[in-house]
Amino acid sequence: MRLTSTYFYEVFWKRFRRNRFAVAGGVVVLLLFVLSLLAPYITPFDPDAIDAYNVLLPPSSAHWFGTDELGRDVFTRVIFGAKISLKVGFVAVGIAVLIGTVIGLVSGFYGGWIDDVFMRFVDIMLCFPTFFLILAVIAMLEPSIWYIMIIIGLTGWMGVARLVRAEVLSIRELDYVMAARALGASDLRIIFRHILPNAMSPVLVSATLGVAGAILTESALSFLGIGVQPPTPSWGNILTSGKDYIEFAWWLSLFPGLAILVTVLSYNLLGEGIRDTLDPRLGR
Amino acid sequence: MKMRWGLSLLSLLFLFSLVACDSGGKTIRPVARKPGKPAYGDAIVVGTGGEPSNLIPILASDVPSHDIAGLVFNGLVRYDKNLKLEGELAESWDVAPDGLTITFHLRKGVKWHDGHEFTSRDVMYTYRITIDPKTPTAYADAFKQVKTAEAPDPFTFRVSYAKPFAPALESWGMSILPAHLLEGKDITKSELSRHPVGTGPYRFKEWIAGQKIILESNPAYYEGRPYIGRYIYRIIPDNSTMYMELKAGTLDMMGLSPVQYSRQTNTPEFTARFNKYRYPAFVYTYLGYNLRHPLFADKRVRQAISSAINKDEIIHGVLLGMGQVAHGPYKPGTWAYNSHIRDFDYNPALAQRLLAEAGWKETNSDGILVKDGKPFQFTIITNQGNDQRLKTAQIIQRRLKNVGIDVKIRVIEWASLLAHFIDKGNFEALIMGWTIGQDPDIFDVWHSGKTGPKELNFIGFKNIEVDRLLEEGRSTFDMEKRKRCYYRIQDILAEEQPYTFLYVPDALPVVSARFRGIEPAPAGITHNFIRWYVPKEEQLH
Amino acid sequence: MLSYLLKRLLMMIPLLFGITIITFVVIHLAPGEPVEMQVAMNPKVSAQARQRMREFYGLDKPLHVQYVTWVARMAKLDFGRSFAPDNRPVTDKIKERIPVTLSLNIIALILEFGLAIPIGILAAVHRDTLLDKGITIFVFLGFAVPTFWLALLLMYLFGVKLSWLPISGLHSLGSEGFSPFRWLWDMAKHLILPISVAAFGSLAGLSRYMRSNMLDVIRQDYIITARAKGLSERTVIYRHALRNALLPVITLLGFSLPGLIGGSVIFETIFAIPGMGQLFYMGVMARDYPLVMGILVIGAFLTLVGNLLADISYALADPRIRHGQR
Repeated sequence: MRLTSTYFYEVFWKRFRRNRFAVAGGVVVLLLFVLSLLAPYITPFDPDAIDAYNVLLPPSSAHWFGTDELGRDVFTRVIFGAKISLKVGFVAVGIAVLIGTVIGLVSGFYGGWIDDVFMRFVDIMLCFPTFFLILAVIAMLEPSIWYIMIIIGLTGWMGVARLVRAEVLSIRELDYVMAARALGASDLRIIFRHILPNAMSPVLVSATLGVAGAILTESALSFLGIGVQPPTPSWGNILTSGKDYIEFAWWLSLFPGLAILVTVLSYNLLGEGIRDTLDPRLGR
Repeated sequence: MKMRWGLSLLSLLFLFSLVACDSGGKTIRPVARKPGKPAYGDAIVVGTGGEPSNLIPILASDVPSHDIAGLVFNGLVRYDKNLKLEGELAESWDVAPDGLTITFHLRKGVKWHDGHEFTSRDVMYTYRITIDPKTPTAYADAFKQVKTAEAPDPFTFRVSYAKPFAPALESWGMSILPAHLLEGKDITKSELSRHPVGTGPYRFKEWIAGQKIILESNPAYYEGRPYIGRYIYRIIPDNSTMYMELKAGTLDMMGLSPVQYSRQTNTPEFTARFNKYRYPAFVYTYLGYNLRHPLFADKRVRQAISSAINKDEIIHGVLLGMGQVAHGPYKPGTWAYNSHIRDFDYNPALAQRLLAEAGWKETNSDGILVKDGKPFQFTIITNQGNDQRLKTAQIIQRRLKNVGIDVKIRVIEWASLLAHFIDKGNFEALIMGWTIGQDPDIFDVWHSGKTGPKELNFIGFKNIEVDRLLEEGRSTFDMEKRKRCYYRIQDILAEEQPYTFLYVPDALPVVSARFRGIEPAPAGITHNFIRWYVPKEEQLH
Repeated sequence: MLSYLLKRLLMMIPLLFGITIITFVVIHLAPGEPVEMQVAMNPKVSAQARQRMREFYGLDKPLHVQYVTWVARMAKLDFGRSFAPDNRPVTDKIKERIPVTLSLNIIALILEFGLAIPIGILAAVHRDTLLDKGITIFVFLGFAVPTFWLALLLMYLFGVKLSWLPISGLHSLGSEGFSPFRWLWDMAKHLILPISVAAFGSLAGLSRYMRSNMLDVIRQDYIITARAKGLSERTVIYRHALRNALLPVITLLGFSLPGLIGGSVIFETIFAIPGMGQLFYMGVMARDYPLVMGILVIGAFLTLVGNLLADISYALADPRIRHGQR
């Protein structure tokens, strides 16, 4: 198994490298990680330091991205916002993947009425306009970053469940799984040892795309005033505070807007790239 | 769009609407166009963020509903442009020498929009339905002071009070409702709430849900037909969208934000098309503490918080200087305003000393003060849709962090804020605003008898001396005596700091330059709305 | 075919129940009783009236009884009265908003499919060329840009700077007096921006799906056979491959609806369009529980119907299902 997996990664990397968009996406994604981790060392400003006498200053050598409506340094807030926005994306997707994987696995592996019940549940959840559900729950509870992540996760697992289930169904009947079963391997062992590793690649793709989606959802919630709450900066709430000044303080919306755009784009390209690379049918 | 009457629930207002224009003071006189000749016709398009809830004024507590009602209905009296009471549906009135009885002589020949004649029966109905315990209204208090009300003939209405009640006359500015359409019916189920019939300068024409409300001029209005033919109230939820509509010329009037006023609207192109106005609004914004909460029981803590807040910084950052510091519940320059209040100025060192005296100590290194093992933490709530309050909250959050207090901010929709948080006393601190009434009576907000659920002293302020002064102040007509009462109240409030009074903002309305006849006055710009006009050659609609 | 239809219809029943259960659970997760809101809005409600209200909403009964009463009333299209001060029946409020949102979303859907399918095909046929890459970036840009930001930028550009298009709303002032043609043209101008923004944002998913479908089909045996037969590339692609690649796209039609309806909250708010999204947002913020529950159920139900229609069209188009049941 270990040998094959090294081989697998080698082949993967070779093919992945040829997709320049995906590589670019990957580089941006990595850069963002570094940036968000090093945020406090990159900028001399405190992201929450209000300076009421210097509000809405245009970009300058002191404030690269200008200042916002409370005189805070926009560059600093965008960098710190990266951390929050990525956190929202990752935690939400983590929750979605966890739920989706468990349900997909159980559903696909056991089949029968369990499968029926779970899949109908998936169908039902897919009928709701997800954003409506998120909006309803967050507005009625309280817009905290934790609720936002949890609710986005709780409403985003259905795709993963379907993917995992389909994968399980196709793997279950493969020779080596049958063999393992014949040798008396337990259900859990079969699931964790044989099925899960194989089912993970489509999940990886959907998780990558999910991070992008969650970042967008947070910005939409911020626009409605129930996203990440002040003073914590998120790209969504910086962009929202800039929307009133689009015409004259363009820097306040341009930079967070671009940050969201580039990040979401990168995650998408990366996800697509991984999918293409993993797809055996596309082999050249 | 007339004056707000006294301090009512409504006064917890939304600033983003036009309310703020209903006040007076200095004005930047815009570039003059030729006045042209007054002409009938055209329409004025006004933007609103929210849809009105109920067009029967006594049932609504939101600004959009009252904006519409103010044009459709009349009261018995109103404030003129110089903020003096004058007759509206009452042609005149007599006050008995003891001040306890007012006799209103109603205007004859006034017609409801459906042609029915206005009489004292309508006034009597309005009075009775307002004090009816079954009516869900927030405006009953002043009318409950009335001992007897009678209508000896169709054009006379008389009320007597058990004891002198200074705001009595003002309270009859309440919109009078049509008895012939409502009597004997359940007012909460009446279709008048979506299709009002009044006596005012504009008649209700149409309400397209979620889009607009259209009013047309009332040709039979007793003061004469208004020049502007239609009043169109457009519902535009997003403030940036509203501003773009204004710039595109599809909106004629809105309240500007300080940033829009000072930084975005100074181009020759803009000033040629619009007239901007600026004057102090009759509103103050405050940070109020829930005094029932143990955190704020100690006066020193409240004084410390006030000392930690830099009001000048807020006026600079949030209002871009377009406003003034508030030290108490009155507007600087009005007769009840005490200019010698000893307020707590910005002094973080004092704040820290006071907190230490009150037992709050820094015990760990997280920068947050602790007492009895509990960190000093609280949440400030404020209403959605008011950007100024949110920014204020953020500045306060930052300043309080500097002295070791951890503040969270929560923004809640208006109706929900009232119902779930304020009315239940379920909050720690809040940032809100009160309109400053023409009469200085502030009984409803500060008297200890008004701390019940749904009442306006929701912070639970109880002070025997203030109670006595409030009672004294409202039950005499002697100005000097009243002044002494209200001066003393301001001193006590400054010492107790149940609120940190923050600022009195400027109203910043903007109107398309094609509208003429606007006369800025102490009452703002809309006092003579029915005399605004657009010269024939410039009419658009 | 008939039996397929019947089976499909029967399958909707448990789903419908599931929708109501989830809606019910979500709303009852919120702290506080729904009735609190209305009571609190009304200072004069006595303990007695309060009790009556509790009884009216059945709040004195156990949860499962409440659920049954609610569903039973809903079956008669009675969603209760709004908690807003206007106290109108929820059904009325939704009714006046549904046509706007639905027609807007259907137009956006048509536009989305009309653009995404050719784009996807183009990208597949010209795989790995500059065109393919350009398309990829274009559609992902649409997905990646925050809707409200793009909307505001376009509004500023086309509405304020260029004055080509109206900024918000559905009709111009005075459109009541327009001739029918002019009226329609006026409304169309108002819809250009919101619909473009909505469609642009959803292009990515569908066009990528179309592209990979097309690639799959092109590699199938029969296409290879067709090519081998010497048919022209055009015929191969547009006659044989396209038909088969298009088929699964139909099923996506139904699933695109919830995404679009969900997104309508944002663009209805920004463009001041009086639709269901805006109503839902206001309802949620004001904790207008009957309204929120009503819209959730109706929104999900619309998707269900959308899926049904998609499945039926799929069945009609796919010979295997069309004839399979005989």
